[in-house]
Amino acid sequence: MGIRFILMVNKQGQTRLAQYYEWLTLEERRALEGEIVRKCLARTEQQCSFVEHRNYKIVYRRYASLFFLVGVDNDENELAILEFIHLLVETMDRHFGNVCELDIMFHLEKAHFMLEEMVMNGSVVETSKANILTPIQLMDKAS
Amino acid sequence: MNPFSSGTRLRDMIRAIRACKTAAEERAVVRKECAAIRAAINENDQDYRHRNLAKLMFIHMLGYPTHFGQMECLKLIASAGFPEKRIGYLGLMLLLDERQEVLMLVTNSLKQDLNHSNQYIVGLALCALGNICSAEMARDLAPEVERLLQFRDPNVRKKAALCSIRIIKKVPDLAENFINPASSLLKEKHHGVLITGVQLCMDLCKVSSEALEYVRKKCIEGLVKTLRDIANSPYSPEYDIAGITDPFLHIRLLKLLRILGQGDADASDCMNDILAQVATKTESKKNAGNAILYECVETIMSIEDNGGLRVLAINILGRFLSNRDNNIRYVALNMLMKAIVVDAQAVQRHRATILECVKDSDASIRKRALELVYLLVNESNVKPLTKELIEYLEVSDQEFKGDLTAKICSLVEKFSPEKIWYIDQMLKVLSEAGNFVKDEVWHALIVVISNASDLHGYTVRALYRAFQTSTEQESLVRVAVWCIGEYGDMLVNNVGMLDIEEPITVTESDTVDAVEVAIKRHTLDLTTKAMALIALLKLSSRFPSCSERIKDIIVQNKRSLMLELQQRSIEFNCILQKHQNIRSALLERMPVLDEATFSGRRAGSLHTAISTSTGAPHNLQNGIAKPAAAPIADLLDLSSDDAAAPSSSGGDFLMDLLGVDLSPASAPSGTSQPPKAGTDVLLDLLSIGTSPPAQSSSSASDILSSSQDNKAPLANLNGLASLSSLPANATSPASPVPMMDLLDGLGPIPQKHEENGPAYPSLVAYESSSLRMTFNFSKQPGNPQMTLIQATFTNLSPNVYNDFLFQAAVPKFLQLHLDPASSNTLPASGNGSITQNLKVTNSQQGKKSLVMRIRIAYKMNNKDVLEEGQINNFPRDL
Repeated sequence: MGIRFILMVNKQGQTRLAQYYEWLTLEERRALEGEIVRKCLARTEQQCSFVEHRNYKIVYRRYASLFFLVGVDNDENELAILEFIHLLVETMDRHFGNVCELDIMFHLEKAHFMLEEMVMNGSVVETSKANILTPIQLMDKAS
Repeated sequence: MNPFSSGTRLRDMIRAIRACKTAAEERAVVRKECAAIRAAINENDQDYRHRNLAKLMFIHMLGYPTHFGQMECLKLIASAGFPEKRIGYLGLMLLLDERQEVLMLVTNSLKQDLNHSNQYIVGLALCALGNICSAEMARDLAPEVERLLQFRDPNVRKKAALCSIRIIKKVPDLAENFINPASSLLKEKHHGVLITGVQLCMDLCKVSSEALEYVRKKCIEGLVKTLRDIANSPYSPEYDIAGITDPFLHIRLLKLLRILGQGDADASDCMNDILAQVATKTESKKNAGNAILYECVETIMSIEDNGGLRVLAINILGRFLSNRDNNIRYVALNMLMKAIVVDAQAVQRHRATILECVKDSDASIRKRALELVYLLVNESNVKPLTKELIEYLEVSDQEFKGDLTAKICSLVEKFSPEKIWYIDQMLKVLSEAGNFVKDEVWHALIVVISNASDLHGYTVRALYRAFQTSTEQESLVRVAVWCIGEYGDMLVNNVGMLDIEEPITVTESDTVDAVEVAIKRHTLDLTTKAMALIALLKLSSRFPSCSERIKDIIVQNKRSLMLELQQRSIEFNCILQKHQNIRSALLERMPVLDEATFSGRRAGSLHTAISTSTGAPHNLQNGIAKPAAAPIADLLDLSSDDAAAPSSSGGDFLMDLLGVDLSPASAPSGTSQPPKAGTDVLLDLLSIGTSPPAQSSSSASDILSSSQDNKAPLANLNGLASLSSLPANATSPASPVPMMDLLDGLGPIPQKHEENGPAYPSLVAYESSSLRMTFNFSKQPGNPQMTLIQATFTNLSPNVYNDFLFQAAVPKFLQLHLDPASSNTLPASGNGSITQNLKVTNSQQGKKSLVMRIRIAYKMNNKDVLEEGQINNFPRDL
């Protein structure tokens, strides 16, 4: 299955974006987010970016005030996921121009569209920023 | 115009929510918005529909229920404009999941959109389908998706590929249709399509083996060529990351090559060159390069053997290990665990670095390093490694100590070259981290101590010394108290001194002091106090001069609030005062505890604990409130008779103490189970032994029988000991220890001691018109109270019996233990039989004979039949 979920959480622990590729009920989601976020926020800079939680791994990275957490299966290549997170941030940066947390909050649906172009059903679809952003730019022009 | 119409824009709502200072305020705002949205939905408001949906998605993300918006999604999907469709599909994917019924309504819209002229809309539909379709939808829409795999636009093709993955996962039968289009995707140039094509092929190969064969034959050269092209390609701004072109594609290709090469030598040969090239030429300064190298190493390790490549791979890992970046080290440790299987020697070379990692400040690295060290240990390096680990134990932090202790204990147990070293190490561990040591571990220690008769003196002196220094470690106190009780005289008289010891002088009253400290200090722990009381009693027999003092101490507990202690102290007091003559016989040195039996029971209990821990709710059904109460159960039984007639020697105390203590509450930590289970001798005293213990799908009947098994030896009450019978084909694959081998199919059960014990006639225990049950008895020498019964069932009717189940109940003074039956189908007319073994322990042996109520249930011609009876005609002196 590859990627199980992608979360963007700020330093206070509030979820800014959540995309799940497997079904969990609302309570489970909140519990999961709470636990994971607590674990990741408690870690220092020196510690490595991988955390093991239950039966999957969490790969996380911090960009300014926002934590990007990706939950993956145990057999996934963690370093590749780190690259993927970076690619995601760069794509959003190119679209929004110097993206920050507020941009994601107020244009949540655009962020989702971008993520959808990049990941489908738990696997990475597209890695070229131009290809990802074309449909979104077209849509902006149309509306 | 409704005053509550959703005039607020999404932006304003978000601002309002952010402005809330408390959770209650936020809830109020959300409630108001939801009400407005609901009103708008009722009115079928067209204009603001997509804004409402956007708001709903935000609210959903915050964690509030939003199911009333699901129909809105559908309406939006059905509308004609692209933005509306977009939001509708997004809402669909976020707010719904494949289990909802509403999803079926979307199927038609999806079908239309899949055939739409606008490629972006087709893309949308594919996306939605790929993320949440259910099995029925997959079946309906599969032909469309197949067609789209060859669409002109690459964006659509790539989405169709990922969508196909979900379809074949949901409906594996359709996999054949996708093989051909998938392999043609592999020849594409567009990176997006390539990545998804590779992914599709990977999943196809996992799902269907003929796809695997096909891809292996046809596509490997193509794949290798593609990888080579990418690795050698010049700078391309589109896909470049840190100087490497599209590392994601690199990694995916390597993964697919791994799946193709696994187990197939020809395929592996094709890949050797390109793997070598990637491994040597990739830059490892940036994370992207390292990611590729990591994947490459994994692939090299999994495909068929090629010496040069393997050396290359392990070198790369060695470089990773000494990298300063924590991420890389973590990844290297992970890989090394898999590399051990392949080439243990090379990994041993890095032992020192790995040991350093155990002490690292990062928790994830420590855990991985510890597991790796555990796998690295063998007979030659166990001593230095254990030394290092124990040193680290002293400085590690609390959460890690539990893991570390468990690992050290199991290492020491498996590899200890000599008993004295084992005892030394265990003492060190106990003094450091006794509180983390599980019960089974210190029980095993006691068993080993009792077996090492020449080391008794040494052990008790070492324990005494350790006891003086670290009294807060529970397990240490318990073991020390037991040993002092048993071997107190050796302690005082300095018996059996070894050369390495320093002489210590301990007087009799010192020993009593020590035990007294144990009682007084650990005010809360029932087990320790109970053990201390027994130890005092033993000391009173060994050192008659201290009897008075001991009596005083015991008497202090007469009014204890805990029933167990009260009972013990009253009874021991009784023994001390009135029964001086039998006291010494009562408290003789215990016989050597049988290690094989014990380790067998432990292996069985390990499996029990594993399968009960997967079936957690059943764990505590045994009605035993604390695991500490378990050893008490049998003591209660024995001393519940009139105190004037102790029915068994002190030797049985510990036997039952240890044998009984299969505490269900000791659920071993998840990580330590799989390596141990495989190597322990699978003695199926308990019925779980045949199925792999870690299977969480172990049937409920197994869990039930395992918890019942715990009950049988523990509960000396009128327990209904029943065991669901195993399927006939699940005979034990493990090497049977003769005394314990009970599942020998339909053959005769080897009973090693039957020529030694007195012969008893076999008994037709139960006979009806349709069934006969015969008992064959045997006893082991030296254990007159326990009888082994082999029950044979014969079918006297012309019908086959299925789901055969035998249950038995015994009165209080007996203990019954049932082993799994040889099968649960009884062929007709005596053409075969089922055998089942029982063990009965009669605490009133010689005075009362055995008596048993039985119940037999089976299915004949699909009708349930139940037969009951009572067996009174056991031979007198069983």
